[in-house]
Amino acid sequence: MKDQSPRIYLYTRYERFWHWFQMVMIVILMVTGLEVHGEFVLLGFERAVEIHNFAGITWLITFFFFVFWLFTTGEWKQYIPTTRKMFIVMRYYGYGIFQGEPHPVPKSKKAKHNPLQRLTYLTLAAVMLPVQMITGFLYWSYNSWSAWGLDFIPLGAVALVHMAAAFAILIFLIVHVYMTTTGATVSAHLKAMITGWEDVEEPESVEDWEKVYRSPSSGQ
Amino acid sequence: MQTRKIIIMSLLALFTCGAVFLSATASLADKEPAPGRTMAKQAGIMSGDWTTADHSEMEALKKSFQSGQEITDACLSCHSKADDQLFHTIHWSWLSPYDDGDVVGKAGYSVNTFCISTNKMNDQSCTSCHIGWEGKEDGVNCLKCHGQKDMDWAAQFKDYAFFQEMGDTEIVDEIQTDIQKAVVDVGMPTRQNCGSCHFNGGGGEGVKHGDLDASLINPKRNLDVHMGVDGADFSCTRCHTTQEHQVSGRVYSTPAVAERKSLVEDDLAPKISCESCHTATPHTEAKLNDHTDKVACQSCHIPEFARAHATQMSWDWSTAGKLKDGNPYQEKGEYGRPTYKSIKGDWTWEKNVTPEYFWYNGSIKAITAKDVIDPSGVVAVSEPVGSREDTESRISPFKLHRGKQPYDRVESRLITPLLSKQSGGFWKTFDWQDANRRGMELMDLPYSGKMGFVETSYVFPTTHMVAPIEDALSCNECHRRDTGRLASLGGFYMPGRDNFPLLDFAAWGAALAALAGVCLHALGRIVMSSRRNGRKKEE
Repeated sequence: MKDQSPRIYLYTRYERFWHWFQMVMIVILMVTGLEVHGEFVLLGFERAVEIHNFAGITWLITFFFFVFWLFTTGEWKQYIPTTRKMFIVMRYYGYGIFQGEPHPVPKSKKAKHNPLQRLTYLTLAAVMLPVQMITGFLYWSYNSWSAWGLDFIPLGAVALVHMAAAFAILIFLIVHVYMTTTGATVSAHLKAMITGWEDVEEPESVEDWEKVYRSPSSGQ
Repeated sequence: MQTRKIIIMSLLALFTCGAVFLSATASLADKEPAPGRTMAKQAGIMSGDWTTADHSEMEALKKSFQSGQEITDACLSCHSKADDQLFHTIHWSWLSPYDDGDVVGKAGYSVNTFCISTNKMNDQSCTSCHIGWEGKEDGVNCLKCHGQKDMDWAAQFKDYAFFQEMGDTEIVDEIQTDIQKAVVDVGMPTRQNCGSCHFNGGGGEGVKHGDLDASLINPKRNLDVHMGVDGADFSCTRCHTTQEHQVSGRVYSTPAVAERKSLVEDDLAPKISCESCHTATPHTEAKLNDHTDKVACQSCHIPEFARAHATQMSWDWSTAGKLKDGNPYQEKGEYGRPTYKSIKGDWTWEKNVTPEYFWYNGSIKAITAKDVIDPSGVVAVSEPVGSREDTESRISPFKLHRGKQPYDRVESRLITPLLSKQSGGFWKTFDWQDANRRGMELMDLPYSGKMGFVETSYVFPTTHMVAPIEDALSCNECHRRDTGRLASLGGFYMPGRDNFPLLDFAAWGAALAALAGVCLHALGRIVMSSRRNGRKKEE
């Protein structure tokens, strides 16, 4: 029976790797970051700082690979924000989902993300993570500020922004993890991010505006 | 097929996770010696005996000595410039070389929270540490610093004169032999030489400095990693280098060194700062080196002072003068140290003391008996100079000594009572008015006759008793909320210590709200779906 349920290949190997890599990074950075912030003592301040710095720099470097992938594959178009159907999606999560209604914007190879996801992931990848990377890099290079002519910045201001964005990402994490349970089955989204294949409720139907048109030069 | 992929992906995730942790912790496990340690080890190699003279063969010393001055004259017959050099040092003048008016210094108007003042060297028991045979009245006692035999010279010559008068030639010869033996046994000052005064400042062992006491004569490495007899076994002069008898390291109104330089930059510079041998980037770990521009080495490497002997932490003169059956008395407390003396008042002592931390650029600001004070609060008799904005300032550890001492309620100045018994001071008469009047007269300062007691404080930079590396402070000692060692230093943001309470409150609130929101949402889905299922079944 199960084998007959419709499946689509949504996430390539690199995309899945990147997703789980980011998850590991977020967990490491969140735990060590909160310790550096003085919330608790787990690894000791020194070790927490070392690991936090190492993970942060690692992510910063690998992020450039992600940006490269995003643009060479044309996948960046999956993140173009739209308000079309956004309120319908919001209505779905606020009401329809309780009524057992089908998702108004089902996933497809060419439109992986619903309008809410587009907005959320764009904010995350284009705003929150760069903010964390910039403020984190500044925080890390604090001793070079005077040499770079940046010593007019108060360290507290950088810390404030870094903390605020960190909490925003924590909130994203909570909601994001929960939202994985809202697929065709509770584990459908999770399984898709592991195997690449997502069980869907019904055959794919994508509207034109959602489709990603690939230019021949993108190599796909 | 799919399970294999899942396994591969999980392994990959696990591997990434492990790689990050391993790489991050690899540098911590690194046992390579820190560069600053290697540098200092090279600088500190003992390359043999430098002595080129045997003083027992010197003709000038083969004579009998009738007085201290005769010994000095014999020394000067070869070391002809030595006494003139010494007359220009603070060890002789007890006056700051940076102050033309002869105000700053023990022999001037400087005061402290211990025996307060030497009354311009007129309070006799205060001058027992002076390097002259008889205060400044006679010549320099070279042997006070260079004699390798511990000897009470005043008593020795007193006995010598006494037995000479008695005609007891046997004892006279014996004393003269002892004197001659001591005279030829000279060398660079030892820890014992320097310590005979500096370990006993304030009138007793361990009274003044928390990081200088008799435990440093033969210290273990874990008390002082540099001086430890089982460690580098440094004498004081290894760091307190000397030029023309000017010993480096003195701190009054100016820093011990104008510029912190390593030996690599200037091999003839005084070796008095840690940087001299260890450089300004001594650590393997870059983040630790990032600290050296704002945090003094001593702050992390001297976790506590007075680790072997207790040190005095407070002195309350206001209770002095109580008598039992008309006689002065004393009470002993913990560590075998007196907690009350009729002649001096109440004392407290502490061992393994956590320092207090202040911004410090190497200068100490001190008041003198001439300065007008504000008796409404605690009077800082001395305090470190520095601020976060000053690039020469570093966070440095201090012993803070608290006093309660007499002041003139009309003139608003600290009083300098004459104390010692020999001078007929307070310790003989127990009469404050007499001691104050005579003490202030010696200073040429007015005394109104109206005495009060004011709370005071006095600081000592903590720089000796550097602990071995394994005892250096961990980051958490300062980088933590509320209870860290730097909790009282304001004006800057410090990770781990500081936060923005409003942001934290709002952000944790929002995170909790999100958690509650998704829980409720999940609950709603479960309830609604079971209802739907129930309805389906009914249908």
